[in-house]
Amino acid sequence: MEHYTMNLTLKVWRQKSKQDKGHFDTYTVNDISSEMSFLEMFDVLNERLVHEGNEPIAFDHDCREGICGMCSMYINGRPHGPWEGTTTCQLHMRAFKNGDTIVVEPWRANAFPVIKDLMVDRSAFDRIIQAGGYISVNTGNAVDANSLPIEKEKADASFAAATCIGCGACVAACKNSSALLFVSAKVSHLALLPQGGPERKTRVLDMVAQMDKEGFGSCTSTGACEAVCPKEISITNIARLNKEYLISGIVSDK
Amino acid sequence: MGLTGIFLIAFLIVHVGLNACIWAMDGGQMFNVAAHFMGSTVVMRILEIGLFVFFVLHIVQAYTLEVQNRRKRSVGYAVPMGNSGSKWYSRYMGWLGTLILLFLIVHLRNFWIPSRFLDMNEVTYNGVEMHDLFGLMKDTFAGNTWLVALYVLGCISLAYHLMHGFQSAFRSLGVFNSRYLHLINALGLGFAIIVPLGFAMMPISMYFGWVS
Repeated sequence: MEHYTMNLTLKVWRQKSKQDKGHFDTYTVNDISSEMSFLEMFDVLNERLVHEGNEPIAFDHDCREGICGMCSMYINGRPHGPWEGTTTCQLHMRAFKNGDTIVVEPWRANAFPVIKDLMVDRSAFDRIIQAGGYISVNTGNAVDANSLPIEKEKADASFAAATCIGCGACVAACKNSSALLFVSAKVSHLALLPQGGPERKTRVLDMVAQMDKEGFGSCTSTGACEAVCPKEISITNIARLNKEYLISGIVSDK
Repeated sequence: MGLTGIFLIAFLIVHVGLNACIWAMDGGQMFNVAAHFMGSTVVMRILEIGLFVFFVLHIVQAYTLEVQNRRKRSVGYAVPMGNSGSKWYSRYMGWLGTLILLFLIVHLRNFWIPSRFLDMNEVTYNGVEMHDLFGLMKDTFAGNTWLVALYVLGCISLAYHLMHGFQSAFRSLGVFNSRYLHLINALGLGFAIIVPLGFAMMPISMYFGWVS
């Protein structure tokens, strides 16, 4: 694709702290390369802000290669911006053209309070994982692979669910701020494998209970989560979680 | 929501099926007999109570959830997502449901209350006296453009409500196998179009005098 440069207007959410009310600030950035990533464009802007003696814009990022789940911008009315199956860090400026105005907001959900500017506190996800998104039984030494046969379809579906990076775009996109796509991906990837079997019944109940406690909304199957998920986690996982939840609710010892 | 929704879907099948008797072209006899059976059989009267319970549950649950869900995001987005990612009718189930509820109130006033509590014209078939609901239907809709328009609007709301609700109900109950989901999606689409269309044709038929 041909390289070009562009001048852009950015409307960015600025908020000093959790308690601050926050507001939009408008910035113009010039000579932005179409080959830059979206976050590099923010780096350029931030360097300028620092040079000018202003506070740089705070945003989350880590690996910048689409696998850590830290980046979290709501760009022009879509979590992670206009490209499908892409994290903000992998969104490149060729998605935009000269003269565009880009509105950048933080994830909006009461369960994800804004820490500063575009950074939100997603530790609610960690607490949901802590409630049961793991295997605590001792599995001993690594056994011969052939001694534990797993159907290919199940292995594939499990791995597909396990690609969830926990970025929270599903919550940001959902009109109810539901975290069910995230929780269902975590429940599914363990429910589909024999290793997840021993704690299968309590896992789903505990994780959903924690999810409700964290203040996420309920799922109404609109499908917005699936549409914005950078890892393209299927909404079918939510239906699978519902099945797991119903059965566990009936047969669990708890 | 899913469970009550599926019960109400089952009710719609019975309702549209019985009402289709108006097109028997027998002066409304088949329809009146069917309505008499529904109104006079003990089992049906008990089911009727169940129906009201499910309606109330569905409505109360829906508004409770809607209020709870709205509270989960105190600060909204400056640029809403709109239709990128979800269908409008899946996001506006609450509004569509409210339209259906308003329609339902008018609908109960038009037919259910007269047949249960008010004096009605009676007809006699084979020595059995019963309400002339067919006649009531004709009188209600004939020449009443606004009411027919309201009924059609109610049916359109129902169509969109079902278009999302039918498949969503089964998802809530944990149907995840792709084979069944495809089937349910197709069934849901068909149901959401055919059943409300059937209902909408009833006042339209009465209005234009297509039935006798």
